[in-house]
Amino acid sequence: MPETMDANQVSRPPTTYQVFVDRFFRGLCYLFAWLSVLLVVFIVVRIATVAWPAIRQHGLGFLTGTTWDPNTGQYAILPEAWGTLYSSILALIGGSAFGVSAALFLSEGFLGDLIFRILKIFGTQFHPFWGKWPERLEDYLKNLIELLAAIPSVVYGLWGLFVVIPLIRPVCNWLHLNLGVIPLFGTSLSGPGMLPAAMVLSIMILPTITAISRDILVAVPSKLRMASYGLGATRWETILGVVLPTASRGIFGAILLAFGRALGETMALAMLIGNANVISTSLLSPANTLAALLANNFPEAGPKEVSVLMYAALVLLGITLLVNMIASAILLRASPVPEGGG
Amino acid sequence: MKIMRRSWPLLIGAIIIFSSSSCGGDGGGPGGVLKLQGAGASFPAPLYLKWFKSYSGAHNNVEIDYQSVGSGSGVKSVIDKTVDFGASDAAMTPEEVAKVDGGIRCLPMTAGSIVLSYNLEGVAELRLSRKAYADIFLGKVKKWNDPLIAAANPGVTLPDVPINVVVRADSSGTTFVFSKHLSAVSPEFASSPGTNKMPNWPVGTRSKGNEGVTASLKTTPGSVGYIEFGYAKSQKLPMATLENKAGKYVTATTASGQAGLASAQLPEDLIAWASDPESADAYPIVTYTWLLCYKQYQDKRKLEVLQDLLKYCLTVGQSDCEPLGYIPLPTNVAEQVVAAARDLK
Repeated sequence: MPETMDANQVSRPPTTYQVFVDRFFRGLCYLFAWLSVLLVVFIVVRIATVAWPAIRQHGLGFLTGTTWDPNTGQYAILPEAWGTLYSSILALIGGSAFGVSAALFLSEGFLGDLIFRILKIFGTQFHPFWGKWPERLEDYLKNLIELLAAIPSVVYGLWGLFVVIPLIRPVCNWLHLNLGVIPLFGTSLSGPGMLPAAMVLSIMILPTITAISRDILVAVPSKLRMASYGLGATRWETILGVVLPTASRGIFGAILLAFGRALGETMALAMLIGNANVISTSLLSPANTLAALLANNFPEAGPKEVSVLMYAALVLLGITLLVNMIASAILLRASPVPEGGG
Repeated sequence: MKIMRRSWPLLIGAIIIFSSSSCGGDGGGPGGVLKLQGAGASFPAPLYLKWFKSYSGAHNNVEIDYQSVGSGSGVKSVIDKTVDFGASDAAMTPEEVAKVDGGIRCLPMTAGSIVLSYNLEGVAELRLSRKAYADIFLGKVKKWNDPLIAAANPGVTLPDVPINVVVRADSSGTTFVFSKHLSAVSPEFASSPGTNKMPNWPVGTRSKGNEGVTASLKTTPGSVGYIEFGYAKSQKLPMATLENKAGKYVTATTASGQAGLASAQLPEDLIAWASDPESADAYPIVTYTWLLCYKQYQDKRKLEVLQDLLKYCLTVGQSDCEPLGYIPLPTNVAEQVVAAARDLK
């Protein structure tokens, strides 16, 4: 084959050096990939080993009992598990309502239309600088919401303590006095409690929901919208009947990811939830979460308590892993470009 | 991004410099910088940090690092020998001491009162009898205008609002001391919840740390909770006047705190609890806090510096106690501790 010997030929077999670099890089990637997998396994094994004495001693009763009393050696985490799930679900309701609405607002051209109309009044809608603002503003606002994720959770906690609680206290006490028969308002708000915790938590998970939902809504092919308008649907009919159902699986995945985040949130909740081991459906009653329990007890824990706390950590890990696995399974099934598009 | 990228070499440089300098300290060669590593109780941390800073300011070849990680972690670090000294509000139990070869010397460095602060509009002074405050924390007294509270406060209009009890959510030395006192006052409290770093409180919302309780007290009308004197003082929270064992009502001051400490004779191991002082002018809830030193140090230079540091803290340093809200050790106690520090080997 004389062609391959031609000096002008661009393609040539890789040099030994290139082969070496390629292999080395591949090996390195495998190594790091396996290391991160091993790390998770190591963490789980390590926690389980330390927790083993407590698991043997308390067994499954640990999950169903309600007393946490170091003096009598009774340890059980049902109130914490309940508080973890309850606060996360409440936060999820608030977070998804606001998050998905914000994503719709930032993807369906509501803001763009408004700016466009304002610009039209001044006759600058096609101006090289001003004409770009409808899209640009949506981008800026999206970034602003994502910035919420950058606020440290202790700042959220302090904000909740000094701003949110005093702000909602009069409303909460009115609700308790007048609607106290409803279990949701069955107790008075003394300070930290479930409602302020859930409110702050829902703001904390807002960026996750908004960012992912918006990306998915933007990916809904515009053909679908056009077709819907073509059939005579109004804008809201299009959004509710076509866009949201198409994007629903992705949005659901975003919500589940946020759920995982809410379950593990520690600092802000430890500051806001009241850390009382009670099981109550009341929004105004203090409660406790697993993560807050761990944060509060570790620094001073003796060897016996550490084992019990590790057991609690294992339970939290189990809950979080389960939720995250479901979330990623759903995200995997929801293709980035929804079906029917292209 | 640019800043991030630029700061990487800086960070790596800092790590290299840091690790090389700490190696120098560990080597402990004469003339090098000597580094003492301590960890433990958060309650005396502001005072310790002030002491250590002014000491290493005066001795530029000494560096003292103190991490306020909590009493439990302090004890753990001492047992694991990852520090040169520890600190704990609950001293160390004999079982814990037994885990360390060569033994541990617990040295009381300063003391503090625990106060009951409250948030009640229009009530500038509040007197609480022993039964009243024990019952508040047992959840038996539920309203501010309860006869038990009103009896001790003639002329004060107490509002008809529920008492919102605030307790510590985290396991802490402060709680240990407070629950020990309540157990001494009330047999009912002693049987349950009892003395613990985190007892199973029958009432109350729980906040994290002294600062968390302080914040809750400040923002919640009708609340009462226990905090270190220093926190109440710096945040200008009103403190209740408490009835002591002799039946006198006493406010928390340096003098009344020292009177409380005086009731507890320090034994040879220097661990004593004034869980319910008897003297008439003693404030009832007061406690020492301890520095945990090894009885034997391999590095003699380290030992010398530590002894000199302890001497400084126990003599000159004691004048820093009061401005920060701590109680200086009574003179005879300070002398006893200095003598004990001299015996370290």
